[in-house]
Amino acid sequence: MANSSSRLAHQFDDLLQQQEASNLGMWAFLATEVLFFGGMFAAYAVYRSLYYEAFVAGSQHMDVLLGAVNTAVLLLSSLTVALGVHAVQRGDNATLTRYLLMTIALGSVFLVIKGFEYSHKYAEGLIPGIRFTLEGPNHVELYFILYFVMTGFHALHMMVGIGIMTAMIIMTRRGRFSPEYYNPIEVSGLYWHFVDIVWIFLYPFFYLIRVHP
Amino acid sequence: MKTVNEDALQKNYITAAYGIRSWLLTRDHKRIALLYLISITLFFFVGGFFAVLMRLELMTPQGDLVSAETYNRLFTMHGIAMIFFFLVPSIPAVLGNFLLPMMLGARDLAFPRLNLLSWYLYMVGGAYTLYAMVTGGIDTGWTFYTPYSTGYSTTNVVPVVVGIFILGFSSILTGLNFIVTTHKMRAPGLTWFRLPLFVWSQYATSVIILLATPVLAITLALLGVERIFQVGIFDPALGGDPILFQHMFWFYSHPAVYIMVLPSMGVVSELVTCFARRRIFGYKFMAAAVMAIAVLGFLVWGHHMFVSGQSVYAGMAFSALSFFVAIPSAVKVFNWTATLHKGRIEFRTPVLYAFGFIGLFTIGGLTGLFLATLAVNVHLTDTYFVVAHFHYIMVGGAVMGYLGGIHYWWPKMTGRMYHEGWAKFSALILFVGFNLTFFPQFILGYLGMPRRYYIYPEEFQVLNVLSTAGASILGLGYIIPMIYLLWSLRKPRTAGPNPWNATGLEWLTPSPPPTHNFDKTPIVTEGPYAYEEKSANGE
Repeated sequence: MANSSSRLAHQFDDLLQQQEASNLGMWAFLATEVLFFGGMFAAYAVYRSLYYEAFVAGSQHMDVLLGAVNTAVLLLSSLTVALGVHAVQRGDNATLTRYLLMTIALGSVFLVIKGFEYSHKYAEGLIPGIRFTLEGPNHVELYFILYFVMTGFHALHMMVGIGIMTAMIIMTRRGRFSPEYYNPIEVSGLYWHFVDIVWIFLYPFFYLIRVHP
Repeated sequence: MKTVNEDALQKNYITAAYGIRSWLLTRDHKRIALLYLISITLFFFVGGFFAVLMRLELMTPQGDLVSAETYNRLFTMHGIAMIFFFLVPSIPAVLGNFLLPMMLGARDLAFPRLNLLSWYLYMVGGAYTLYAMVTGGIDTGWTFYTPYSTGYSTTNVVPVVVGIFILGFSSILTGLNFIVTTHKMRAPGLTWFRLPLFVWSQYATSVIILLATPVLAITLALLGVERIFQVGIFDPALGGDPILFQHMFWFYSHPAVYIMVLPSMGVVSELVTCFARRRIFGYKFMAAAVMAIAVLGFLVWGHHMFVSGQSVYAGMAFSALSFFVAIPSAVKVFNWTATLHKGRIEFRTPVLYAFGFIGLFTIGGLTGLFLATLAVNVHLTDTYFVVAHFHYIMVGGAVMGYLGGIHYWWPKMTGRMYHEGWAKFSALILFVGFNLTFFPQFILGYLGMPRRYYIYPEEFQVLNVLSTAGASILGLGYIIPMIYLLWSLRKPRTAGPNPWNATGLEWLTPSPPPTHNFDKTPIVTEGPYAYEEKSANGE
């Protein structure tokens, strides 16, 4: 069993203060992330309102089924993270490790599917600046630029998330966590949920706008 | 962990450990502050070097010292070095890092390792940008306007943008650290309305850093994508919208002005109260004003785009909102003045800088109102009037506050006092040199001299020579403090814990403070600036 007082950094008075500080730190970081993605969503909003036809035309080339599967995969991964937090609260570190592994597996499935989608786009000549052969309405290229930049940054965040979860597994196996001290798991979970939520917006914005009349 | 003996407790943060490793791997906020002090001073002189070359070129109407292409690189790299690598980190990363935990009665920032990471990110971004500057430079202007930056410039745009992207994360992590520390690590009894105004200003600045910097990061990332892959995000020839770039760029870069000047306002509040021996006039208004400036600062970015194709109605809204910023700014100036009114002012070096700040910031702020007026702006856009205006805010305001703060807390940071006579002298010539450099530029701009040109009609020469003469005095005003401050390090540590007899938790510690700042966490029982009470007690 981990000795929780050894987890207390020298600048804090007690574990509660330390825990509140790291939670607030992660929320503040997520605020930064919201604005980071917000810049891209603003660009998306501007161009979609200017070139709506082109965006609808572009979304015809998306595989709605793969997008839907990926959405389900990510939602499931958020569930496993939440269950992991629940497990460590009960002191069940074996279950925690299992849920973290499942989270990593689901995140990897997402990335693999995304990789397939990207390679299909390459085959169809839909990657602006690298291989773009689509003859469509004016500015359809903009749709694809935004698609690749936004899903690309999202995928990058997924990879970081997988890295964090891997670190959490290592820390769990070293017996760092207990019901008194599991804050890193909690804040890593916050980050993971955030990255999921970004996808919840990306999916309809890129895949489903053609469904809209 | 080894037991701490009496001797170790006597050690201060500088003598606590020796060797280069103990500095490069330190997590002590005070040591990290010194690392920043050295690094940003380096960049200040890099940016200053470019300014010297520009002012020398502008001595004569013809282009005789440098070519047009070189001149474009000079003003670009001057702006980049000064804004991103000096002004934005200056007060937060040096004084904020050093003082914020001490003012809160804390042993360190909430995340010391993250703090060290911030410095490394600064150094990596800085080194990368310096490398890009040395190997060809960049000529887009510090604003990187598209489509020039993405389609036409043949200079090192991508490396510089990458450097600034990395640097942005350094700022963000510092801001995040300050916010969490201010929320969670205040000493017992230190309620929000007992915080020194320096802390309020750091807090407001951190909020801006946290919410604005990521937008710059993504804007520069999109710019990099457009330039590398030659796809149309912002370039109209490729199907993009250059106005969108300007919106996104100024969404960061206007609030960035407040990142630079709000911390100085915090410093000035500390200096004015200490040397007038008075409580600040209207404490709550002062705290609310910095927060109001931080919020309003996010709503005025469009005033940089009055003539670049933004709709007239948007222009009107941005113009009106810009005027609103004047209200909290004026509250600050009036309250400092009211604090000084009938105070027994002790004319020591730090307060001279505070006076300089108040005067120059007022001129810079009022000329900002001229520029926020739509019709006047059309005449003044891209003239030297704009250059003079923002130098009054950034150099007259931000740098004056920074130097005032350095002089005020130097004894705390080093344990030494500098030579008061030299310090007063250099504060004076800094003020004179600054005005001589930049006041003629208001007239030049009003007469219609555009910025960013290396040649100009002969009738502008007298004013340009005056400006260059002023710049040489100004330069002296920056070099002299370097000398006497470094010289003071040779003297013994005799400053004592509280040489100014000031209030504030940081003055309860020895100078220089021990690594853990406080042996026992202080308990706060009164608001800041209790100078009248101090006098009543005969202190």
